[in-house]
Amino acid sequence: MAPKQPSGRTLTEKILGRACGRVVRAGELVEVSVDLVLANDITGPVAFKEFDRLDGAVVADPDRVVLVADHFVPNKDIASAELAKSLREFAAAHGIDKCYEPGRGGVEHALLPEAGLVRPGQVIIGGDSHTCTYGALGAFATGVGSTDVAAAMATGMAWFKVPETVRVTVTGAARPWVGAKDLALAVLARLGVDGANYLSVEYDGEAISALSVEGWLTLCNLGIEMGAKNAIVAPDEKVRDYLAAADLWADLRPDPDASYASSLTIDASAVEPMVALPHLPSNGRAAAAAGDVAIDQVVIGSCTNGRIEDLREAARVLRGRKVHPRVRCIIIPATQKVYLRAAREGLLEAFVEAGAAVSAPTCGPCLGGHMGVLAAGERCVATTNRNFVGRMGHPSSEVYLAGPAVAAASAVAGRVADPREVVGK
Amino acid sequence: MSDFHPSGSAGGGVPAGRTWKYGDNVDTDVIIPARYLNQIDPAELGRHCLEDLDPGFAAAVKPGDIIVAGRNFGCGSSREHAPLAIRAAGVGAVVAASFARIFFRNAINIGLPIVESPEAAAAIQAGRRVSVDLERGVIRDLDDARTWSVRPLPPFVLQIVRAGGLIALIKERNSGRGPKSQTEGVSKE
Repeated sequence: MAPKQPSGRTLTEKILGRACGRVVRAGELVEVSVDLVLANDITGPVAFKEFDRLDGAVVADPDRVVLVADHFVPNKDIASAELAKSLREFAAAHGIDKCYEPGRGGVEHALLPEAGLVRPGQVIIGGDSHTCTYGALGAFATGVGSTDVAAAMATGMAWFKVPETVRVTVTGAARPWVGAKDLALAVLARLGVDGANYLSVEYDGEAISALSVEGWLTLCNLGIEMGAKNAIVAPDEKVRDYLAAADLWADLRPDPDASYASSLTIDASAVEPMVALPHLPSNGRAAAAAGDVAIDQVVIGSCTNGRIEDLREAARVLRGRKVHPRVRCIIIPATQKVYLRAAREGLLEAFVEAGAAVSAPTCGPCLGGHMGVLAAGERCVATTNRNFVGRMGHPSSEVYLAGPAVAAASAVAGRVADPREVVGK
Repeated sequence: MSDFHPSGSAGGGVPAGRTWKYGDNVDTDVIIPARYLNQIDPAELGRHCLEDLDPGFAAAVKPGDIIVAGRNFGCGSSREHAPLAIRAAGVGAVVAASFARIFFRNAINIGLPIVESPEAAAAIQAGRRVSVDLERGVIRDLDDARTWSVRPLPPFVLQIVRAGGLIALIKERNSGRGPKSQTEGVSKE
């Protein structure tokens, strides 16, 4: 019998293969050099403690380590101030230049792409589950815990089982007010919260190509909510322009005969502006069909939707309108650069005039840290990524996940709302 | 490898204890809410373990007790504080129908015994006395002697478990006692 013709390779097989210097296939165990290791003010301190157990360890390559204080910053209390301080001290002790604090940084997964630290074909691990965001720029990027971060800082290496891949094709043209977040919530509703557990999610299709790089960042950011090891899109000219770089892995594409564990096709033209009801991100449905859900708070920001295009979309709804008197609307540009652009474009003025509170960059409210924690029984529409029990505060509070347009429209309406209800047409 | 003692076990050998039963998608936010993540003391994390899912758990759990849960245990954030909290609360092992990827990796890396068995997870009720033998791959209901075999851990993962966690394995490598690479000798298996 003739040997079976080897099939082509997925994006993730190609990236991990290049990192290994040989052809690798799903299911193989590989140990590869990592291009970036990331930790934040929550996961970093635990990683430092593990790192210090390796007596006399040195950081293998300080230029490849990035530390970002973003979760509890500006420091919410003395304890969290100590965590941020330990980031600063570890960076100083080990010659790590890329240590970002308030005033020069922002939310890590908005910051690293913006700072040009992410490149197609890189292998990136981060002590934060939303590290999968960087697949938008064609990197293999995955979230790990603090011990893996410590090990990678010390050895420069990390081990992975090469994942099988789910191919998600989004066809057609998205309707007005339907953005990357709505498409991602629609995919999530189909796949479920463990539909891609241990797997890579590879996106393609016309509706994906039509999104901006920022849209891809939002899309890949939510890969972890499907359980995925990583999410990825083949980089195109947009990525080259976004990174303002020519030296990219130009032909990084999945092979036409790549082997996929499964495939899912979604028609973008059938997707409505979405909301995911409590308490799972996979509980997505049309915002217009959510019923009469009165809300207390709206948060627009986070690593999922805190970039300039997100703020522009929110401003399209909020400009010239008023936040409902019962609602607190908190808007958080994800980085200093986003904040400055939003200021220059007049977005911050529109938000403040609408009655929204604009905060310095922080992850704060997304995880119930600070800057917008919910009381018992309160409901929030948030452009964040998780709506688990107690995620943003009291265990009896509720989080409704949505994109910036639905969140802004809900802020005006005082209840979960489709932007078309508020803006017209 | 009969000298292997999981670090979270009750008697230093095979974890055994009373079961606590939960459903699907037990996420890291309910395992250890972020309001307690402004510090990293495992004992303090343990005192708030599962607080938003089962407020009585942390006070009532006994050393060696076993958590039995459904699908996708540990989904959500990458916070290693979650398995640390479970271990510090005294839990000897977690049995689940499946584990979310990052939680699984973190638990292995810190030496918290976890085993995947959809059958055992479905059959075992709360309050049973159960043992989890990682080396032999057997879960046993000590009250009625029913047993379930466990999907074995891949060899490279067992290597980390046997070393006592990832940092311990790297220490072995650095001292020349262990394999030179984390995946040496197992990548072809």
